[in-house]
Amino acid sequence: MADIVVDTKGLACPMPIVRAKKALDTLKPGQTMEVLSTDKGSLQDFTAWVKQTGNELVTHEVENGVFKFLVKKL
Amino acid sequence: MGHESQKEKTTIVLFSGDLDKAIAAFIIANGAAAYDHDVTIFFTFWGLNTMRKDEVVKVKKGFLEKMFGWMMPRGAKKLGLSKMNMLGMGPEMIKHVMKKHNALTLPQLIELAQDQGVKLVACTMTMDLLGLKQEELIDGMEYAGVAAYLGDATQAKVNLFI
Repeated sequence: MADIVVDTKGLACPMPIVRAKKALDTLKPGQTMEVLSTDKGSLQDFTAWVKQTGNELVTHEVENGVFKFLVKKL
Repeated sequence: MGHESQKEKTTIVLFSGDLDKAIAAFIIANGAAAYDHDVTIFFTFWGLNTMRKDEVVKVKKGFLEKMFGWMMPRGAKKLGLSKMNMLGMGPEMIKHVMKKHNALTLPQLIELAQDQGVKLVACTMTMDLLGLKQEELIDGMEYAGVAAYLGDATQAKVNLFI
């Protein structure tokens, strides 16, 4: 289980990243965050954002149009 | 707020007073803030109208300044589109479509940017040209000139002129 779940389903760019950032700021290194999104650009967005901010994208999957990302704060 | 912040920086010059361009600028600014960048938006010329309060503010002005004040849009809710404005029908259509797609409105994007600590800087020289006073712009703005902008831009990797 992730330490925090961020549900951004239905929200448009740039909200998924903005919400994820706010949640990530509350975590300690080593903790994980799960982000749910239906924004079609999410995969590219989260892959780039997690890498550039120096964190780790542990897993990502798509199910019925819902992207699910597991991010580990480093 | 040290000068040698280790954070990446992004700056945007918002020159345009078009609704669509202002939305694009604020989406990028909010995205960059989510990237943990120090973000500056520098408002100049028509871009300043984005930051006007929507109410009438009583300030002393000359005749030409008053004319400018009447003719320019008073705030983010009053901006027109760069294309397909159609005497104001275009902006209403865009706002409708944005609501349908759950996209944030420009006023919401501005509030989010302030919430995320985006630095909003008004160009004082062009404020003088257009006759805009500090009291007419929303609270929380900073006031500066080109040197202050370049100070931020020199250290930034992302610098946009919109």
